[in-house]
Amino acid sequence: MMGWTETLRTAIAALNARRMRSALTMLGILIGIAAVMLTVGLGQGASASITNQINSLGSNLIIVSPSMSTSSGGFRGGGGAVSTLTTQDAAMLADPAIAPDVSAVAPTSSVSGSLQSTSTTWTSTVVGTTPEWMTVRARTMGSGRFFTSEEVDASSNVAVLGSETASELFDTESPVGETLSINGESFTVIGVLESEGSSGTSNQDDTVLVPNTTFAARLSTSSSANSVSQIYLSGKDAESLSAAYQQVKTALLASHQVTDSDADFTVSTQASLVETATSVTGILTVLLGGIAGISLLVGGIGVMNIMLVSVSERVREIGLRKALGATPAVIRRQFLVEAGILGVLGGLVGVALGIIGAAILSPIIGITVAVSIPATLLALAVSLGIGLVAGVYPATRAAKLAPIDALRSE
Amino acid sequence: MTHQLNMKGVRKTYATGAVKVEALRGIDLEIDEGEYLAIMGPSGSGKSTLMHIIGCLDVPTSGTYELDGTDVSLMTEKQLADVRNAKIGFVFQQFNLLPSLTALRNVELPLVYAGVHATERKERAMAALERVGLGARVQHRPGELSGGQQQRVSVARALVTDPALLLADEPTGALDSRSTAEILDLFDDLNAAGRTIVVITHEADVGARARHLVHIYDGLLRESTPIAVTGATR
Repeated sequence: MMGWTETLRTAIAALNARRMRSALTMLGILIGIAAVMLTVGLGQGASASITNQINSLGSNLIIVSPSMSTSSGGFRGGGGAVSTLTTQDAAMLADPAIAPDVSAVAPTSSVSGSLQSTSTTWTSTVVGTTPEWMTVRARTMGSGRFFTSEEVDASSNVAVLGSETASELFDTESPVGETLSINGESFTVIGVLESEGSSGTSNQDDTVLVPNTTFAARLSTSSSANSVSQIYLSGKDAESLSAAYQQVKTALLASHQVTDSDADFTVSTQASLVETATSVTGILTVLLGGIAGISLLVGGIGVMNIMLVSVSERVREIGLRKALGATPAVIRRQFLVEAGILGVLGGLVGVALGIIGAAILSPIIGITVAVSIPATLLALAVSLGIGLVAGVYPATRAAKLAPIDALRSE
Repeated sequence: MTHQLNMKGVRKTYATGAVKVEALRGIDLEIDEGEYLAIMGPSGSGKSTLMHIIGCLDVPTSGTYELDGTDVSLMTEKQLADVRNAKIGFVFQQFNLLPSLTALRNVELPLVYAGVHATERKERAMAALERVGLGARVQHRPGELSGGQQQRVSVARALVTDPALLLADEPTGALDSRSTAEILDLFDDLNAAGRTIVVITHEADVGARARHLVHIYDGLLRESTPIAVTGATR
């Protein structure tokens, strides 16, 4: 019986004799593997990035957002921009009698602001909120201080900057005490937030925070002075988070006088946000991976096709090998190994391409394209499997050729 | 003493569509060790079929065929492959060398299928190539050799397993007269050294070089005429 090294040597020689064709055949597998690796990697990277982003919002966070009421129709939910949440809602939720498991409440409203320092201009998101924002969002100060409830009550023109906003607007080490113009209103910078690091699409370091009263009086574009765009709450601890979630929901349903089915707001926790986000990216990954998988399948059919062509071209060679003592099993194995090599080589180059593609793509789209070792090994195993499966039929045909018919063919 | 090749009542019937073709209609053939036999016949006489059966490329429909003491008439495809590998050395009209392999690798091929170790394989292939006078051209590919040289490579390939029988199918059909003479001289040498040779041919001058000559017509061996002159006196 012919040894494995000889089988491999023969297969490599046969593939090498038809280099161009072998390369083109591999291309199908190669593209399929690279596509699967990139799409799955992208999905995993996006999922990780979103999870990270949501977790960086704060700890034990509950977010109340306005939503379009589905059954009440009319005005309240109509525009989308019209907020159904108010500062009164926030004040109510802060009452320990109503929501005992909520430890801090921060209503926020935001607007795009044109910022101007003495030297430069910058555009950023201006957020009106309360001092509890720091607790709820679990942020720390880099320099200076956050505004106090006295400043909120007094509607003071004070602003806290994100670290990136600060460095864009001011050359100095610490801009605390500098003056800043926001949409034409003059504000004093009292503090700069510690950098959170940007993740994905939203940059948590490019923002300006002002007291919500000041925001409502001088910056808000909303028609209603006390409407807010989101209410951030933090639960007392992880265990009571679901209790806090229920208290918030029940209280808001009662005060808005709506039932659960036509609620004009949504309450979400970090966990639910993560779950939603990962399920969405999961579906996308499966979808894109599926499409990439189809291209892999097409690549496999390409291998089968070429192997069939190869068998009919080499009928004489097969006949000769049989005449010289190659058993059907040896012939079958030789063609299987050829197909397997095409698959594995395609897979190897595809994996290399996937890794290179991931390295190039990650900085461009701002999402880490995850390339994991198990996924890579799986891709290689799959490409070998595809090669072998695609080789079975052609190899069996080759093995079945009668030596006399094979030798006779010109 | 048993014959090296012993064929009794061998028939071969092909069914092509509705028509049954009897290619061989009862062949009895005995070949002793050291024989040099030529089988001659026109196209359609059944000589190719006979050659396939002698070469274990095909099995008879009925009758028995013993080669080197082994009954091969009822063997499976796999067993036949092993018999071909061990007991028969083929020389084809079209040489049938693999163009991408060197002469040495081509000659090694039967040993590869026999599972012979690489070092021994190379030694034996080298020896076989030297035997046919091509020791200096082992690294050439078939395309770089003349027709006569290519046929000598294929003779080396047929000899390398030290088979019971050297079976040549129109070995000079694709060669010019000088190369034909070379190959036939080589066959004479091999036979003189004790090698059993069966040549299938339709060329009278090739048949005349053998020690014995049989004719095949319509699937039957007509006569067996010893040509003692050539083989015996040389």
